[in-house]
Amino acid sequence: MTIIFVLIPLGLVLVGFALWAFFWAVSDGQFDDLESPGWSVLTDEPHRTPTEDDR
Amino acid sequence: MSEAGGTPCFHCGEPLLPGIRFAVTIDGCEQTVCCIGCRAAAELIREAGLGDYYRYRSAPGPRPVADEDDLWSTYDRPEVQRPLLGQDGEHSVVNLLIEGLRCAACSWLIGQRLAQLPGVARSNVNPATARAQVAFDPARTSLGTLLRAIAALGYRPHVLGAADTLAVATRERRAALKRLAVAGFGMMQVMMIAVALYVGAVDGMDPVIREYLRIISLVVTTPVLVYAGRPFFAGAYHSLRAHQVGMDVPVALAIGLAWIASAWNTLAGRGEVYYDSVVMFIFLLLLGRYVEMLARHRAGSTGEALLRLVPATALKLGTGGRERVPVATLSIGDRVLVPVGECFPADGVVEHGTTEADEALLTGESLPVAKPEGASVIAGAVNTGAPIDVLLTAVGQSTVLAGIVRLLERAQTERPRLARLADRAASWFVSRLLIGAAIVCAAWLLIDPSRAFEATLAVLVVSCPCALSLATPTALTAATACLARHGLLVTRSDALEALATADTVVFDKTGTLTVGRPQLTAVEALLGTPQSALEIAAALEHRSEHPLSQAFERVPAAAAGSVSVHPGQGIEGRVRGTVYRIGTSAFVAAIAGSRPAGVRDRGVHLGSRDGWTARFELGDTVRPAARAVVRELSDLGLRPLIASGDHAEAVEPVARALGIDRWYARLLPADKLSLVGSLRDAGARVLAVGDGINDAPTLRAASVSLALGTGSDLAQASADLVALGGDLATLPLAVRTARRTVAVVRQNLVWAAAYNLVAVPFAAFGLVPPWLAAVGMSASSLLVVLNALRLTRLPRAPRALAAVPQLSGPAAAA
Repeated sequence: MTIIFVLIPLGLVLVGFALWAFFWAVSDGQFDDLESPGWSVLTDEPHRTPTEDDR
Repeated sequence: MSEAGGTPCFHCGEPLLPGIRFAVTIDGCEQTVCCIGCRAAAELIREAGLGDYYRYRSAPGPRPVADEDDLWSTYDRPEVQRPLLGQDGEHSVVNLLIEGLRCAACSWLIGQRLAQLPGVARSNVNPATARAQVAFDPARTSLGTLLRAIAALGYRPHVLGAADTLAVATRERRAALKRLAVAGFGMMQVMMIAVALYVGAVDGMDPVIREYLRIISLVVTTPVLVYAGRPFFAGAYHSLRAHQVGMDVPVALAIGLAWIASAWNTLAGRGEVYYDSVVMFIFLLLLGRYVEMLARHRAGSTGEALLRLVPATALKLGTGGRERVPVATLSIGDRVLVPVGECFPADGVVEHGTTEADEALLTGESLPVAKPEGASVIAGAVNTGAPIDVLLTAVGQSTVLAGIVRLLERAQTERPRLARLADRAASWFVSRLLIGAAIVCAAWLLIDPSRAFEATLAVLVVSCPCALSLATPTALTAATACLARHGLLVTRSDALEALATADTVVFDKTGTLTVGRPQLTAVEALLGTPQSALEIAAALEHRSEHPLSQAFERVPAAAAGSVSVHPGQGIEGRVRGTVYRIGTSAFVAAIAGSRPAGVRDRGVHLGSRDGWTARFELGDTVRPAARAVVRELSDLGLRPLIASGDHAEAVEPVARALGIDRWYARLLPADKLSLVGSLRDAGARVLAVGDGINDAPTLRAASVSLALGTGSDLAQASADLVALGGDLATLPLAVRTARRTVAVVRQNLVWAAAYNLVAVPFAAFGLVPPWLAAVGMSASSLLVVLNALRLTRLPRAPRALAAVPQLSGPAAAA
């Protein structure tokens, strides 16, 4: 059972890493809008409008 | 007029009126829409290649309002744009608030439409906050073009300016999310270790490993307590400094004491630890508060609500002609021109011209008020008659509108008196608990002083968290989530407790019990059929901006020519070769001869040289669901009464139709406030329901309040509950859910108290082995949570829901 003296601290380090990643994501604004980014994939050509170059 | 059954409008979802068919082809299928505006919006969406919107949307689209090109074109001018725009590299950035933005498909639609415009670099449309941030090249496009494009889709954009007013809310939400994550991750770790400790208590465990696991738990729990639990300690500190015992005090006491006891026992290497309880309570409480915060943010804030009322610019009349200036630069004595359809930018008197003003949201008056020369007008009201010159008498903070906001603030500061009442139960519990602990402590000091501290802590810890930290919040969170699914946002956690005990309900009339828009109630044809009279009337009324013409908005019209609008009198125009007049009886009598005997003066008249054609009765009709709601609330023991700003003649029929015998008319916002105050002083617990700006102070002052989601933003920001979609029918459901919530809370408290009463003495005398105590405590908590989860289901026999019109009528031919 002595292995838990290594494994549990290792687990805590991983949790710490996950928390750091989550904090980064929150600060980056990734949780500010959970709906609309999903819609952006629905269009094949999101930002294209006919311009003079196309003619 | 009866509600039309059958298919709703394809675009906006409102029921179609019989005999009206506007068709539009989307994705190869012909669809029916209710009006010209909806057809235009649907066609635009199709032309822009955005027809997918209809496939993915989860809520009907907004109904387009009348064309407002003139309004948007002022935003094309550089001097108006400049103060509103921020800079990001070579692009200009603007923040918009978009009314009518309801679902992710809406935000997709707007984002795609903006991306199609030349010069738009990027746009970010957030459906949760109804905000958009657009970056564009000022050399290739203008702010007015963006606003026009959004308005053409049927939404109503408001310019917020360069600063992101959401920054505070965003910061608050991000901080809450981080706390939630810390508590959640911590809970997972501590719970896992707790399982090992419980099993170890049953099967036996090496004391070294046991000690190690406890220390790990302490290491994980401490940051959770300090970081995630900080709001509770801060809240408790603030309420204690204000000499009150708020809801945060028992929570802070419970988690603080449980942590101290656990840490003490861990370091001493004996006794029980409660780390799992500490982290679980923190996580569950934070979760409840997070849900509540989201609801509050969705309901909006007061500052923004005001922003939408007063226009950003005004037409100032100076020596050198007229000039668009920002409203903030206006001063008393200035003269401004107010075009039809715009809001008055400040209080003033009509200097030149005659018009009518729509003050419904400010005063509760349902019909437009005539404003002859010399009459006073108020900021925020809409000019609906004719363009007029106004001499300003009050600007900014001294306007009537600002006065209403000050009333609101006063009502807000009076609130703590009520909040204290709600907190009394909590402080009662805490004081009994402390007395009980003191008795135990004293007893142990007499028996065995060395064990006094430990025993006292045990009593506090075992009785505190379960009963107080879990029983109430889980029930409130479950009920809040259930109501949100049915379109009711709860913005304040103690709203449900107050709602359950309310015994008087004060309704606003205009827009709350009634539809709030003039509607045709009767047609009296004097010449020809009612149908042809309606067509002629609609032909003329469609040319008018007058609010009364809204009643004819969805009536099919004949073609009309040479139409002229006579403000305050009516409209004249040629329909089917004949010149008709529609309006007041005097206006019609001028061409149709004297009014025939037996025709009443009231209402709107139609006539030509051939004689009087018809008389239309217009009125604000009672909402279809209102009668059932009032009856059901009476059955639930709530006494209804009406407090309206409208005339007595308008209030009385509504009160009679709904069977409400107590009603008050012509109340100013301050009168409404004092009415609620006197009711409360008489011992009543008042539920206020309203929608207007004039209702906002009342909503804030009442014990608990509900605002309709279709009403003014100021009302929504002041209310404890917001009925999305403006459906009154959810109110009885809310009352019933609130009462069930309180019942569940009481059951939970009784259960927790009973468990503790039995368990604590046994544990204190050493008669309960640790494994039994662990199982008992877990089972107790589980029971409390499961009992609370019952609230997520609908109560039985929701009769009010039967009043909601069914959308699944006869299938459409398409």
